[in-house]
Amino acid sequence: MKFAIALFSPPHAPSSRRALRFAQAVLAGGHEIVRLFFYQDGVHSASSNVVCAQDEVDLPREWREFVQTQQLDSVVCIAAALRRGVLNDGEAQRYSRTAANLDAPWELSGLGQLHEAAQLADRLVCFGGP
Amino acid sequence: MSKSLLIISRQAPWSGPGAREALDIALAGGAFDLPIGMLFLDDGVFQLSGAQQPASLQQKDLGANLQALPMFGVEALYVAQRSLEERGLQDHPETLAVERLDDAGLSALIDRYDQVITL
Repeated sequence: MKFAIALFSPPHAPSSRRALRFAQAVLAGGHEIVRLFFYQDGVHSASSNVVCAQDEVDLPREWREFVQTQQLDSVVCIAAALRRGVLNDGEAQRYSRTAANLDAPWELSGLGQLHEAAQLADRLVCFGGP
Repeated sequence: MSKSLLIISRQAPWSGPGAREALDIALAGGAFDLPIGMLFLDDGVFQLSGAQQPASLQQKDLGANLQALPMFGVEALYVAQRSLEERGLQDHPETLAVERLDDAGLSALIDRYDQVITL
């Protein structure tokens, strides 16, 4: 089965950990992930500037390793990311900011990517939200 | 045929970017001619109250963005009757052409859509 997975909660929220475990279970079960889409506070999980204590779960690092290892299509909503200070090199230059905190494997793009993923997938599964 | 998507908007308009970001999903879907529905539930019903004064919170008027929904082809708009009643809004007209649904109507609505996003 094809899954699209959307994440709306910040990295420290329990739902963000569940989203990663669910995504891992999807692949372990022999299914396919057509796209991960990070929206609202979910964009913070793509930031390379999150620092976790050594004895705590580092969810942004786990996401990064998972996406890289599995070579997943992983999109961060550009409007939500800019609003929250998650920028790649191109956006940092465009808005004259001194630092970028988002790079490969993440891609900054628009909400059309969420709709496309929802169309391609058999199931859209969302984590976080109110 | 395109899969249909219901967006359930549950946040008050001035509690953060949540309401605006839920609306943006609907507008983006409308721009792609997708079958999109939007349900205002819980505190999300406050988005439909008239005579709001967002300027006093240094905010932009979300109501103006909501009016764009029909222009983007998103005309399947619903509000939960119970949520209106819980907030004393049942006797006030909504600022948008929405259909009021009781609890059974909500279940039937969610059943009709292929996919659901709750924000």
